[in-house]
Amino acid sequence: MDEHASASHDAYERRKMILGVRMTLIYSLIYTGFVVLSVFRPAFMGARAVFGLNLASAYGLGLIIIAVGFALVYNHWCRIPASGSSSE
Amino acid sequence: MAILVFVVFVLFVLAVSARQSRKARTVGGYFVANSSVHWGVNGIAFAGGYLSVASFLGICGLIAFYGYDGFLYSIGFLAGWIVALFVIAEPMKRMGTFTFSDALNKQYSRPGIQLAAGLSVLVVSLFYLVPQMVGAGVLVEPLLGIPHFWGVILVGGVVIILVASGGMTSTTYVQFFNGGLLLTFAAVLTVAVLIRGISPGDLPAEEGAEDLPSYRFSQVDADISGDRIVPDLPGAEVTGRHGITDRYTGREDLVFYRISHLIPAVPQGDGRFTAQLKGRRVVFDTAAHTEGWTVEEVDGSSYIRLEQWWRFDADNRDLVETQHTSELPSGTTLINGAPDTGDNRLRQMGSVSAIPDEYGESTGPVGPLRFLSVFSRDETVVQRPKQVSFTTDASADVTIHYQEAVAGSMFMRPGLMFPLEAGEGEPAFRTLLNRLNFISLMLALFLGTSALPHILIRYYTVPNAEAARKSTIVAISGIGLFYILTMFLGLGAVAAGALNPETDNMSAPLLARSFGEVLFAMISGIAFTTVLATVSGLIMAASGAVAHDLMANLAKRQFSDTAKVLTGRIVAVVVGLIGIVLGISFRDMNVSFLVGWAFAVAASANLPSLLCMLFWKRTTASGIIASILVGIIASVGLILLSPDMWQRYGFDPAAAPMPINQPGIVSIPLSFAVLFAVSLATGKNRRQREAD
Repeated sequence: MDEHASASHDAYERRKMILGVRMTLIYSLIYTGFVVLSVFRPAFMGARAVFGLNLASAYGLGLIIIAVGFALVYNHWCRIPASGSSSE
Repeated sequence: MAILVFVVFVLFVLAVSARQSRKARTVGGYFVANSSVHWGVNGIAFAGGYLSVASFLGICGLIAFYGYDGFLYSIGFLAGWIVALFVIAEPMKRMGTFTFSDALNKQYSRPGIQLAAGLSVLVVSLFYLVPQMVGAGVLVEPLLGIPHFWGVILVGGVVIILVASGGMTSTTYVQFFNGGLLLTFAAVLTVAVLIRGISPGDLPAEEGAEDLPSYRFSQVDADISGDRIVPDLPGAEVTGRHGITDRYTGREDLVFYRISHLIPAVPQGDGRFTAQLKGRRVVFDTAAHTEGWTVEEVDGSSYIRLEQWWRFDADNRDLVETQHTSELPSGTTLINGAPDTGDNRLRQMGSVSAIPDEYGESTGPVGPLRFLSVFSRDETVVQRPKQVSFTTDASADVTIHYQEAVAGSMFMRPGLMFPLEAGEGEPAFRTLLNRLNFISLMLALFLGTSALPHILIRYYTVPNAEAARKSTIVAISGIGLFYILTMFLGLGAVAAGALNPETDNMSAPLLARSFGEVLFAMISGIAFTTVLATVSGLIMAASGAVAHDLMANLAKRQFSDTAKVLTGRIVAVVVGLIGIVLGISFRDMNVSFLVGWAFAVAASANLPSLLCMLFWKRTTASGIIASILVGIIASVGLILLSPDMWQRYGFDPAAAPMPINQPGIVSIPLSFAVLFAVSLATGKNRRQREAD
């Protein structure tokens, strides 16, 4: 691996890491929102939301589905090699 | 049939490990399966190792008994994988070769790091091992009809053979096999639950003599005048009363009456009588004992007079039947007031007693969203099992199992297990502590997953970082699907009236039994592989930690590969034996609850060093060592001082030095703080030395 490729490989790794950290932070916010609502507004969690589900069920199932969705998005992004470098 | 399936599974597992044992002779083969596992297989194996009995049986049981609060565990257990995927997976794989302490050590190469990390792997593995072994015994007992003790020994024995001979290769296969089975089976059972729908009218019919079919609790009118209460039962007489007073309001919320009454009996000669008790034929043998019951002759017919506890329903002003066991001072046990014979056992409980009018008698087959929405309605009434224990004036130990009616809209939102809303008259600091306890648990679940040793070692069984990432994604998808299904299994179990009042862990197997013996046999086999898969992963992690991290450092010399593998095998046997002993001695502990603690210890001990090593350049070796040690000591120490442990020691839980049960909210930030402080202090010294 020549110097240029190695440098861009490092850049690819770094970008991947930044993306991972950002997605983790976004997910943490959604998760925190869930915990805060459950703790301080449990009655609100019983309110009707979508598809006849209450907010608690919809948010809870949503957290699981979003996690899987995030994982797929991240994987898709990781597959696209950064310009001019091979992915591994 | 259950035994047959079980034996087939055991033989299959042993055959796999025998086949794989040839590959497990080298260090790479034994500890990391030559890093040649396909990412897809590894992903399913992740799921198979991660989904322990706590996820499979524990969560289903909690959902069946407490509704939505059980599902909170599912959410937390899954959300933790986000941290594992985005932050931990690839760097772990890039930096280490055998254990996670390799990865820590690579950057700093100080022997202390490997020592501390190895120690923490050992502690967390043991913490996690206890509930798995307890679960093994709890399961095998009713499924195979052998005592708890033998259940633990059986499972422990198979695991030891599996791990000691086949190492990581056979562990991987068993985890893969288990992951596939769990997902398939949960899906099949969910479809069956949805097709059955919710029918308040019918509970599954009684089958065979050995099972515990569900029971409809009858109500009787009572003539109440002032303090006197006369139930409408033959020859009834109130002989005792037990009231439960709310701690804060001082009101008596729950009242039970002990009522002596007559049930018709048929003389069988030799002083033996038979009577129908809660739909079951029970033998009363006067030659054995008549303690707690007597025979009476009224108008030429025989009757048994026995004493049963009934719950007073203040709204309808009538009495509702309960189930109960009494241990008399003489050592005699009575079940529902009658002798403890094979036929007279506690029956299954739980039901959905009302659904919205538009569905009529039954919903019929429903879609998954409709199923959840019917459960969440105000008009839906869920009867959930609850119990109280007390000692009577005559020093009999009584446990009453009764049903509490809960509106669907309450059942499907947080609050039944974690009392988050301020109760009437509850001091504000109590509410605050309840909330902190909940936040603490959710924090530990979120941060603990990626720091669990048996998860971390799976990153080393794949060839490269990309495969580590892909297998984590397979794991997230599989585990996410499984956790969504737990919701249907738990709710399905309560709707089917398939709850054993004595243990919530049996809800999923009993739900399966309500669909027939084939599914029941399958679930018992899968429950067994579930324990096996998790326990073998934990023992592998502990074995790697000792052979690879602790031994080489304590002896201060490099060992040959053969010696390492041999040590690994010996450690596997020793850890397995410790697990068997702990599993037997902690048999009364609640499985899911202990798992929450293991997550807290993992998150406190391992996660701060993992994160800081990756993202904070000024992290020093001393900082990492201090953080790991403080994390272990703080989390384990706070657990030992918690109200729950206080109760186990036999003290008043309210007097425990640590006011909440979940240590994460204190120990995780503390471990981070120590890492920052020590790193800054030692980093400065080093820079100064370098400048001099």
